[in-house]
Amino acid sequence: MSSNRFAATAIAMILAGAASAQDTSIIVQSTTSTANSGLYDYLLPLFQAETGIQVNVVAVGTGQAIKNAENCDGDVLLVHAKASEEKFVADGFGTERIDLMYNDFVVVGPASDPAGVVGMTDVQAALTQIAEQGVMFASRGDDSGTHKKELSLWASTDVDPTASSGGWYRETGSGMGATLNAGIGMGAYVLTDRATWISFGNKQDYQISVQGDDDLFNQYGVIPVSPEKCPNVNIDAAQTLADWLVSAEGQEAIAAYTVADQQLFFPNAPTN
Amino acid sequence: MFDASMMRTAPESRATQVSPILPLTMRDVVLRFGGATVLDGVSLDLGSRGCTVIMGPNGAGKSLLLKLMHGLIAPGSGDILWGGARPSEVMSRQALVFQKPVLLRRSVAANIDFVLKARRKDRSRRTALLEHVGLLHKADQPARLLSGGEAQRLALARALATDPEVLFLDEPTASLDPASVLAIERIMSDARQRGVRVVLVTHDVGQARRMADDVVFLHRGRIAEHSPASDFFPEPRCAAARDYVNGRIVV
Amino acid sequence: MQSIGDALGLAVALVLSGDPDLLEIVLLSLQVSLTATVLACMIGLPIGALVAIGRFRGRNAVLILMNALMGLPPVVVGLLVYLHLSRSGPLGFLGLLYTPTAMIIAQTILIAPIIAALSRQVLEDLHTEYADQFRSFCLTRLQTVQALLWDARYSLLTVGLAGFGRAVAEVGAVIIVGGNIDHLTRVMTTAIALETSKGELGLALALGMILLAIALGVNAAVQSVRMTAARQAYV
Repeated sequence: MSSNRFAATAIAMILAGAASAQDTSIIVQSTTSTANSGLYDYLLPLFQAETGIQVNVVAVGTGQAIKNAENCDGDVLLVHAKASEEKFVADGFGTERIDLMYNDFVVVGPASDPAGVVGMTDVQAALTQIAEQGVMFASRGDDSGTHKKELSLWASTDVDPTASSGGWYRETGSGMGATLNAGIGMGAYVLTDRATWISFGNKQDYQISVQGDDDLFNQYGVIPVSPEKCPNVNIDAAQTLADWLVSAEGQEAIAAYTVADQQLFFPNAPTN
Repeated sequence: MFDASMMRTAPESRATQVSPILPLTMRDVVLRFGGATVLDGVSLDLGSRGCTVIMGPNGAGKSLLLKLMHGLIAPGSGDILWGGARPSEVMSRQALVFQKPVLLRRSVAANIDFVLKARRKDRSRRTALLEHVGLLHKADQPARLLSGGEAQRLALARALATDPEVLFLDEPTASLDPASVLAIERIMSDARQRGVRVVLVTHDVGQARRMADDVVFLHRGRIAEHSPASDFFPEPRCAAARDYVNGRIVV
Repeated sequence: MQSIGDALGLAVALVLSGDPDLLEIVLLSLQVSLTATVLACMIGLPIGALVAIGRFRGRNAVLILMNALMGLPPVVVGLLVYLHLSRSGPLGFLGLLYTPTAMIIAQTILIAPIIAALSRQVLEDLHTEYADQFRSFCLTRLQTVQALLWDARYSLLTVGLAGFGRAVAEVGAVIIVGGNIDHLTRVMTTAIALETSKGELGLALALGMILLAIALGVNAAVQSVRMTAARQAYV
């Protein structure tokens, strides 16, 4: 029988797979917005050309990204939930947290604006109005950075949306894109980061309903994973990436990235 | 003509190495399926040479008797001993050709090769075996596209490939054309000539006359008669056998 | 809203453009899922065969388990493999997480029960036909298993195809253990999930059609092999 040849082929494929993991490459556990908006496709080739380091991006929600990094399955963490990030560093999983860039969150909704919130700049007031009128609101519900931000916004209103979960408050438990697709499908308002929204391809009749509140500020941070907790991390390459991102060159590159002539991310790393 | 030495080791020479398989002794063998007794108190002795033909109406238990002798099924009670050994101990020294040949989904040649390889026989004997049953020209053809007669001859060749000392055949020529019947009878006779003990189940009274050295007549799960062919065919002792041989319907 | 027709046009345009990224994704999908299918057959076929011919205590429990495992949710398999291959897991030192190898392992675990359960049925049916003859030949258990596997080879091809179909179509396991990393672990299904999450529904649908076309091609190839075999009465 030819099962020996099959076995040889299979083993060769496994070895090939293992070998590809041995190259000088690092893994970034990342939030989805930076990946789905195409930022990495723009930045990482510049970085690789300069340093020769291959960067592999695993794009998941911020909550899962942090958990994966705590399991030592990443060399760099790039997410947007400052409190969780600081806890990650305080717990010893990260060497340091550096502000990298920001943009803002927006509330998108159907053009018909059933809750009458278009043009409002007080996001808590807009959310309260959506809740009072019982118009549907689609939440990530996945412990992501955007979900945490949304919960913090609700917390400063008088509304407990989770009491209406399954009613007008719909928790999709999915990524940003999936939640947008679902929200648009059911005519719900959705909180999203602006970068994802600008680069999102299935807007249909949706528009930005609420923006401009200072509370909608969205800060991204970068954290090299600590070699003390995770001896397997490639700390040198991880540090090289973090340093490059916050360098003048990296910051200029972030500012230069646009989709549909709009800048998606605004660099704000501290200059030293 | 065919060279017997190519086919097999002579049973006599092997008999010096291992205990003889014959005679067969069956004593008070009973076989039940569910509540029904299909074989009831069968006692039978088979000598060391020749061709025994088992006859009897449908449902008499002929095929089951063959499977009991070979060891494919075990009796509910009673003893079956081959030279003192249980059937399962000597199964590899016997071969059974089933009424409906079970051919592997491979070429004709590969069907022979399979048995030669599994039983650690000389692989070069394939050509001789196929030639012996007149299938050499079909060696590369798919076995399951053979005609009924060809399929049965291949099953026979495969059985002979195991060098059996006892060859069981369960209605090997049922519903075959006369030429195929003749070919298969020739192969059975050759085996018998070489000292293979042949046990043949058949409905064909003519075939029984041509092949039998002794006849076992089975009726309703019992042995109604066991006589030498020279006694049986002129005048069966039991009435059912007489009717059967004379072409009357026996149930 | 993008229509099916638009997506079909996009799919054809994508294929005709010979986009190297698309080719890379398609080839990785095939490499991962075909390797997983071969490995799953090497594991599942002997198990299926042994259960098919075996008569042992607890056989019914084994059958129930095998059939239940056919319904393993991919995401659960992905999670189990992730927990083992994670750098903090027991096999983390292998450095296999986020590699095609991890995806192959996950898909192998996912479809080995399918191969075992379906082949058990096929081989048991065949064994019913062969059992008396094989006992008369005094075959060993190993010889019986080998002969059954070989004689059922064209039916088992269909069993393998069922496993391959499940592997190449699943996204839950490979996205967890592969990470959907561009140019490293991105396969058809994770690319479709990604494009869907980016709201690029037309592109997602087009990729889905290409995946369907690949599945059709593989099925057609297997079917033609089977038809050739059927003409020789080998099926």
